[in-house]
Amino acid sequence: MAEANITLEVFRYHPDSPDGDRGPRFQSYDVPYHDDWVVLDALNWVKDNADGSLTYRWSCRMGVCGSCGMMVNGEPKLTCAAFLKDYYPGSIRIEPLTNFPVERDLVVVMDDFMAKLKSVKPYIIRDDVNDTGDGEYRQTPAELAQYKQFSMCINCMLCYAACPVMGSEPEFVGPAALALAHRYNRDTRDRGSRERLEKMMEHEAVWGCTFVGECTEVCPKNVDPAGAIQQAKTDAAKEYFKSFFMPKGGR
Amino acid sequence: MKDLGARGADPGVSLMSMVVQHDVIIVGGGGAGLRAAIAIAEQDPNLSVAAVSKVYPMRSHTVAAEGGAAAVIKPNDSIEDHIYDTISGSDWLADQDAVELFVNEAPREMIQLEHWGCPWSREADGSVAVRPFGGMKIERTWYAADKTGFHMLHALFQTTLKYDNIVRYDEHFVTKLLVDDGRCCGAAALELRSGRMRAILGKSVIVCTGGCGRIFPFTTNGAIKNGDGMAMAYRAGAALKDMEFLQYHPTGLPGTGILITEASRGEGGIMVNKHGDRYLQDYDLGKPLDINDPNHPQKRTMELGPRDKLSQCFVKEMQKGNTIETKYGHVVYLDLRHLGEKKIDKKIPFVRELATNYAGVDPVHEPIPVRPVLHYVMGGIDTDINGATSIAGLFAAGECACVSLNGANRLGSNSLTELLVFGARAGSAAAHFSADHPQINTAALEAQAKDEQQRIDREFISKSGGRQRIVDIRVEMHHAMEDGAGIFRDEKLLTRTRDKLAELQQRYRDLGLDDHTLSYNTELIAALELGFMLDVAETIAHSALKRTESRGSHQRLDHPNRDDKSFLKHSLATFRKDGPPAIGYKDVTITKWPPGARTYGADSGLTAAATQRT
Repeated sequence: MAEANITLEVFRYHPDSPDGDRGPRFQSYDVPYHDDWVVLDALNWVKDNADGSLTYRWSCRMGVCGSCGMMVNGEPKLTCAAFLKDYYPGSIRIEPLTNFPVERDLVVVMDDFMAKLKSVKPYIIRDDVNDTGDGEYRQTPAELAQYKQFSMCINCMLCYAACPVMGSEPEFVGPAALALAHRYNRDTRDRGSRERLEKMMEHEAVWGCTFVGECTEVCPKNVDPAGAIQQAKTDAAKEYFKSFFMPKGGR
Repeated sequence: MKDLGARGADPGVSLMSMVVQHDVIIVGGGGAGLRAAIAIAEQDPNLSVAAVSKVYPMRSHTVAAEGGAAAVIKPNDSIEDHIYDTISGSDWLADQDAVELFVNEAPREMIQLEHWGCPWSREADGSVAVRPFGGMKIERTWYAADKTGFHMLHALFQTTLKYDNIVRYDEHFVTKLLVDDGRCCGAAALELRSGRMRAILGKSVIVCTGGCGRIFPFTTNGAIKNGDGMAMAYRAGAALKDMEFLQYHPTGLPGTGILITEASRGEGGIMVNKHGDRYLQDYDLGKPLDINDPNHPQKRTMELGPRDKLSQCFVKEMQKGNTIETKYGHVVYLDLRHLGEKKIDKKIPFVRELATNYAGVDPVHEPIPVRPVLHYVMGGIDTDINGATSIAGLFAAGECACVSLNGANRLGSNSLTELLVFGARAGSAAAHFSADHPQINTAALEAQAKDEQQRIDREFISKSGGRQRIVDIRVEMHHAMEDGAGIFRDEKLLTRTRDKLAELQQRYRDLGLDDHTLSYNTELIAALELGFMLDVAETIAHSALKRTESRGSHQRLDHPNRDDKSFLKHSLATFRKDGPPAIGYKDVTITKWPPGARTYGADSGLTAAATQRT
């Protein structure tokens, strides 16, 4: 059987290059086609065999490290989970995630996301910390289920690329970070929802979401950020009104 | 149009402005590094911690660990049993003082992580749930469904965001440890974004860079696991200990090497050959119970035997012609069908996702094809129980280190706990060291970083005419390691591997890159990683060649027996500038558990334990 190929149309941009090569531009590569290859395998083939300068992030190639998100034929995808067979014999257009500045080729600048993640205080907040010698905090399976889904976020940022609000309002805190804030607010071990309230009530936080739901559509881990944000709106409103009656109240 | 954030190197930035100083420098942002950072931040809020990582911390390979983390928490378990399982699992090569300390500190560390928000799976009463793993007498593996490493890593990373004295250097690739007058005081790190060298100076350094599975062709390890920190510590003069001991996990997906967790067997999955036989019963791992028997799966028996033995059984089955040939080599089957959809979705949903996506097999309806896959390196940078190396100011923890807890074969689910216990200890020890040794020679260290920048420019960026491609050397290294340093070894195969690696080292000097630019040059990073891997590969081949016995994961066909008289010792590989590593030895620390027969099967561990405890 003659070896089949598939064509990749890859976005190139490199600020260091001599002017003519800087881009942005698209470059075509013909890559051997294998029905069990993912898009990431094809990119690795290019880097090894055709063009060592092609630049992208990857590591685990099993859908859990969150490094290899890119636009594949216009849709945000983990390239380690996007199979060539779903595009063949058509060509595949690969671009960096939209709504992010580009560092080089398929690598986007993460600074803004990292700052937003930190801003929502995604960690357990409580004053009455138990000694580890006293054993674990009790949490029933039902209590775990209150937030477990929202803890599955791998920070791959596909939801930021899909979110129409991110495109028009870059200050929006965004689906992943808000879902993580909500994950901690719903954790029975946490006492921090009041501390997160100010951030959550900002115009750019939960109220910035117009509930288009694209984030939930593209999430590769079924986190449902849109659902988290809707719940968070209700929780934040309750907490906000509670703050008038119990200024220093806990839960 | 794309928003193009032009972030190339600014020619106005001089090297001098790329010097930063902190109290403790942590290289590596996985579980061990993050745990160390928190330990320092909590111990002394006045200390400044630099957390340097070549990837964003949440990409670190701790993220891929699935099944769980061991610690004694339930009333039916005991510290003694965890110690015995670990020592017998190690084939008596683990240092027993380290094991005892580890097992005693493990529960507190796991509870600490629970307090930091890790979403452990729970019992109905709200206490943490545990499951059995291979080589365990009693179930003691804490888990967060089958994404335990993911949840641990994210809980640790998110917790570090609390501390203002932890300063992150994300996407900084450390190329060299800076050692002045016998003391490690920092690291030279390429900032990926700009391609410029940053001298990150401190009063102590902790290396937490993980393992080196990518030396092998077929591995569960992610692309970033290249033995960087091991090689850098080795080049700086620290010994690499017990490098001949590499763990093959018995259940990887063919082709990709993606891990199917041992938890799938802990929950009752069985291994069968092409005849449908539970072949493990033919290899001194006990007798199978029926899958419907309430006592299935039995601890330390059959499918819950240790990883080294299960992987060795696969090779023997293949030699008997009992395996199934596929385009990605021979396989056996991991059959989970009897667990049912409900249990699979509740306890091991990621297994279903991975098998369905990457093997085209839904484990609810079909058995999963699996084969042994390189998973973990027991060896690493020689440290004491505080993570201290032989170089003053240099500490190490996690998979890159060898305390030694894991000996000749690591007990499944000890490694996640290890990075907590020894990450915290190394962090604490480094913090004390920094407080006690405040003076460093900044000028000398800056000069070293500048030299390192010039070396990289000379050998890679500005170099032209190199004839070797990265991919060719890497692929030949892969074959050499699999052929000679795989599950079974002998002198002839290992000699060939050793010689091939020497040839590849020569050819590496003739490497040529396509990319001669500075900013985000991932080809340069791959070239530097390849150099690290070749050094580490040589320590593996030389250590394995010299160990003329079989113990745990190191099986010599030409020396099939364990030889306690000659080899109840740790190997120590030390760097020589112009030649292969020198191999020395030091004694194993034996305290209360004298070497005994390593037996598995029903009751074997129990009786062995009883007789050993004298």
